[in-house]
Amino acid sequence: MIGRRWFVPWLWLAPALVLLGIFLVYPTVDTIRRSFQDEKSHGFVGLDNYRFIVDNPQPLVSDTHVALLNNLMWLTVFTAITVALGLIIAVLTARVRYEAVAKSAIFIPMAISFVAAAVIWKFMYEFNSDIGTVNAVVTSAGGDATRWLQDTGAPQTPITDAGPDTLPNPIQVNNFALVFVGVWMWTGFAVVVLSAGLKGISTEILEAARVDGANEWQIFWRIIIPNLSPTIVVVATTLVIQALKKFDLVWVMTAGRFETDVVATLFFKEFFLRGDFGVGAALAVVLLLWVVPVMVISIRRFQFQEETR
Amino acid sequence: MARREPSTAGEAAAGAAPRAARLGEALNRLARRLPLHVSVIGLAAIWSIPTIALLVSSFRDPGLVVTSGWWNAVKDPFEFTFGNYETVLERQGMARSFVNSLIITVPSTMLVILVAAMAAYAFAWMKFPFRNALFLVVVGLLVVPLQMTLIPVLQLYVNLNDWFGFLGNDMPLLGGRLFGTNSYAGIWAAHTAFGLPFAVYLLRNFFGGLPRDLFESAYLDGASDLRVFFRIVLPLSMPAIAALAIFQFLWVWNDLLIALILLGDPDRAPMTLTITNLVSSFGTAYQLLTAAAFISMALPLLVFFALQRYFVQGILAGAVKG
Repeated sequence: MIGRRWFVPWLWLAPALVLLGIFLVYPTVDTIRRSFQDEKSHGFVGLDNYRFIVDNPQPLVSDTHVALLNNLMWLTVFTAITVALGLIIAVLTARVRYEAVAKSAIFIPMAISFVAAAVIWKFMYEFNSDIGTVNAVVTSAGGDATRWLQDTGAPQTPITDAGPDTLPNPIQVNNFALVFVGVWMWTGFAVVVLSAGLKGISTEILEAARVDGANEWQIFWRIIIPNLSPTIVVVATTLVIQALKKFDLVWVMTAGRFETDVVATLFFKEFFLRGDFGVGAALAVVLLLWVVPVMVISIRRFQFQEETR
Repeated sequence: MARREPSTAGEAAAGAAPRAARLGEALNRLARRLPLHVSVIGLAAIWSIPTIALLVSSFRDPGLVVTSGWWNAVKDPFEFTFGNYETVLERQGMARSFVNSLIITVPSTMLVILVAAMAAYAFAWMKFPFRNALFLVVVGLLVVPLQMTLIPVLQLYVNLNDWFGFLGNDMPLLGGRLFGTNSYAGIWAAHTAFGLPFAVYLLRNFFGGLPRDLFESAYLDGASDLRVFFRIVLPLSMPAIAALAIFQFLWVWNDLLIALILLGDPDRAPMTLTITNLVSSFGTAYQLLTAAAFISMALPLLVFFALQRYFVQGILAGAVKG
């Protein structure tokens, strides 16, 4: 219909725009407003809530530094391990005949809820090595059973008035245990996308390299990695957004105890348990600020593809 | 005949050497590829073990689960039971939660497809001011952390309850309020809205790739937008719609956060919420937790295996092309 009337497109868009406005745009604006107001969202307090996050005055109740560092740790470690594993598995499975079966096995955890995954992994991480699979493997290899979800890996320090007398320690056992569950759930995604990218690399290039005497190692680093880098960026940005918004997994497995809080869980506690809307909203805005660069990159990429298609 | 004998003998003698060589080569190749097979099978095994442990434990006797590892299930006393499933389904309300999960998930999935397809059609095939800017805003909303939206939405729902409280409204058949907190309609709307950025993005990309001639000839024939939408766009886009449906289904089915905030009533709680409550009240009663978890996983796994192809397509359409 070439001669559409001007309002026709808006009629088609209306349901989506109304829903997005009510459930995403208005809440975002509202949260930004609350982040500059006091705990009950009445008077404006300037940057006090953001100062709270930076100064961390109540580390025993809500340790903002731990949450920020843990998010940074999720962001880097979770993304790096998942991309690396995804790449390795995609390259390896492409060379065996049972590729589809092996990929399904790795992909299944993606269909499982975080709640079910949390049940599975609490059971796997159980301290009693008679029933906890991970500890059973560790003890039969001669090691000591570990409380995977509680062990912060930091030496116990005296608690002063200002809180524990150490810097928060992001390199802690239980955080890695949680990150591994995230890796378990998301590697399938990385494998699927990367192996599709891998199939797009022309076999002629690979054959030519082999004829020229390149070994598999050189082919991986000199041909596969450079050709796959746009796909790797896509996977990494998706995982970064996942890592930043990480909530369910931490919430169901430890509820942020034992210094495993991330920004999203701390925000949830401030908002819903302590009822401090100001600090909670400020934490949410910090989260949003971290995500914006990723969003800009994605939009740039999208625009580029629109122009070239 | 006599002349042929030597030749067959010769053939046999000539065939033996290559066959031995071929066998040797095959063994050699297998030895070279053994590390590859070991690592692929090893990784697949490590990834499957947690799920297998869950499945095995859910069928074991309560006394055994807490004293011996699930890997002992194949040895002494070789016995399995459906008792754990009976307990969680009947006494812990998992049967009701299963129905609740369906009531929440199915309409949310259908709504997001309809609303997103309409918007995607406009974005792909209509001209209007700010089209690209508006589309980028919709895509940008993908990254808004959901937690951040829940207080304002909750407040809105509480207000809705106040304003329309005089109606004393009951939802026919399903029980509960018509809208606001603790209502199915409230959670359908929320899930639809939260699913929209991804859905519009996915469908807009797919619709945009449909051949232009098809639309031009339909418009020239005087077909209305509605006709083009229902007769051309939707039927041709079934692969993308299937992919989207699976994603939204899994996403809503597996959601805990939104249900936790907007649907506190245990009578209407989906399975994720019921299991979370089981975890806090039965900390280490793994036979019950694993049975409950497996009930909640059964349908997603079925959907996944039946429609794996579309699932993968959806991921690729959302990630690689987009």
